[in-house]
Amino acid sequence: MKEILDALQESFGDRVTVSEPLGQTVVQLPAAEIVSVVTFLKSQGFNMLIDVTAVDRLGREPRFDVVYHLYHLDEKAWLRLKVQVGGDEPTVPSIAHVYASANWAERECYDMFGIRFRGHPDLRRILMPDDWKGNPLRKDYPLTGLDPLPPLVRE
Amino acid sequence: MADIETTIGQVDPETGLKPMVINLGPQHPATHGVLRVRVALDGEQIRACEPIIGYLHTGIEKNCEDLTFNQAITLTDRMDYLSPITNNFGYVLGVEKLLGVEVPKRCQYIRVMFAELSRIASHLVWLGTAAMDMGAMSPFFYTMQQREQILDMIEMSAGTRMNPSYFRVGGLLNDLPPGFEEKLRAFLDGFPHWLQEYYALLDRNPIWIERLKGTAPITAEKALDYGWTGPLLRACGVPRDLRQTNPYSSYEEFDFDVITETDGDVYARYHVRMREMQESLKIVRQAIDNLPEGDWHVPGWKIYPPNKQEIGRNMEALIYHFKLFTEGIRVPAGEVYSAVEGPKGEIGYFIVSDGSGKPYRVRVRGPSFYNIAALPVLVQDKMLADVVAAIGSIDIVLGEVDR
Repeated sequence: MKEILDALQESFGDRVTVSEPLGQTVVQLPAAEIVSVVTFLKSQGFNMLIDVTAVDRLGREPRFDVVYHLYHLDEKAWLRLKVQVGGDEPTVPSIAHVYASANWAERECYDMFGIRFRGHPDLRRILMPDDWKGNPLRKDYPLTGLDPLPPLVRE
Repeated sequence: MADIETTIGQVDPETGLKPMVINLGPQHPATHGVLRVRVALDGEQIRACEPIIGYLHTGIEKNCEDLTFNQAITLTDRMDYLSPITNNFGYVLGVEKLLGVEVPKRCQYIRVMFAELSRIASHLVWLGTAAMDMGAMSPFFYTMQQREQILDMIEMSAGTRMNPSYFRVGGLLNDLPPGFEEKLRAFLDGFPHWLQEYYALLDRNPIWIERLKGTAPITAEKALDYGWTGPLLRACGVPRDLRQTNPYSSYEEFDFDVITETDGDVYARYHVRMREMQESLKIVRQAIDNLPEGDWHVPGWKIYPPNKQEIGRNMEALIYHFKLFTEGIRVPAGEVYSAVEGPKGEIGYFIVSDGSGKPYRVRVRGPSFYNIAALPVLVQDKMLADVVAAIGSIDIVLGEVDR
């Protein structure tokens, strides 16, 4: 694991920062580097993309953390990649062509947070209805929904 | 793997016909919940396929942000409702990691025991329903009987059968109740016989074998690419089992085998799950035989609440109880990923705390979500009836796919 992280640091220099909070390896990187970093890590044996998700840090700029979890079968270890994005239309390059599992995971992230994945083959809502307004997991989205609930019985 | 929208428009040059589009589900028993599968058919052959999910989305991740750390456990029950205890498991381990505490050995062993029991219960439901999909009605009645015994044991300890919330942050709801060990041992002694009955019903049944062998295969590379975990991945020959590769809760002290098969088809998945039940039985037996004495929750009242008798006697206990149930446990700010091996695969929780009594964000990595995404690969250019076999073999729970 250490050799891989050293090689990563060597290839990408100070654009990536490696830390180990709570004994879990975390790599912080800029959004523009995500495809090259993930491709590099895959060539080093991280053959599974376990999960893609985001955290809304409302009040911070850039507002979102996009979080990737990779797994190395031989090292038996997870690796967390974190990318910060913000702005009116937060956009991250898609990694769906590197890992097939990113396809649905990125769609869910788009659905729930409104984060766009540039280059995704089929970026549509996955859990919410197609005509849904808003992104439910954003912190400024109320728990009860944006619109008042429709009446349960007809008048 | 073909894209469904382009496939629909393609005209066959010989016949001049377009593929026929059929919806399987969302309301159909063979889809194991509310899953809709759109298929483009040429005769009975599948030219393209698209699973459509979201019908059971209940906003569990969003709701967790409005509940205290202990209250959110009740929502984790409701995702994979066939094995709620393994869902609790990953979540409480994550919160405990943020808190920096480790529960006593007795608690760890009881947790392992219940996780394995619910793995057996989940595999039993899978066996019954998957066989029913293939037209074999009787296994369902057999497997439900044995599952009922496991649910009875869960009810004895947790008070409810289906949504137990038995694991709590820093411990359990209760210690094992009186009479539990006898009931468990009776189950352990009786179950191997029933496993043989299931084998007798299916294993030499020519229809079952014909129907399953070579159906809906996938290679190990593809399975890894799609993020497959659990029995499905092991059926492709990849021995990845978090209980052995990344042991948690004292799993390293148990002796069991990781079951793998090489074919990666429906038949291989059937065998992996059947043999996994035997391994789980081994683990449960070791856990009850070597069950350590002592505490079953962390000491002190800051994480695990004081018991009711203590509250009546001790003012301080009353204050702690009140604080815990109004504000919740104060979890230090931080982020953690915690994963356990569920019956369907890796159940991962990415928990973010901002130092308050409620989680800032709970992300659930449901194994079924990633498993079902590979359905188009499994059934490409196969027969329509294979879709049902493939869905059955993936063992999806839509509560977990949609959350």
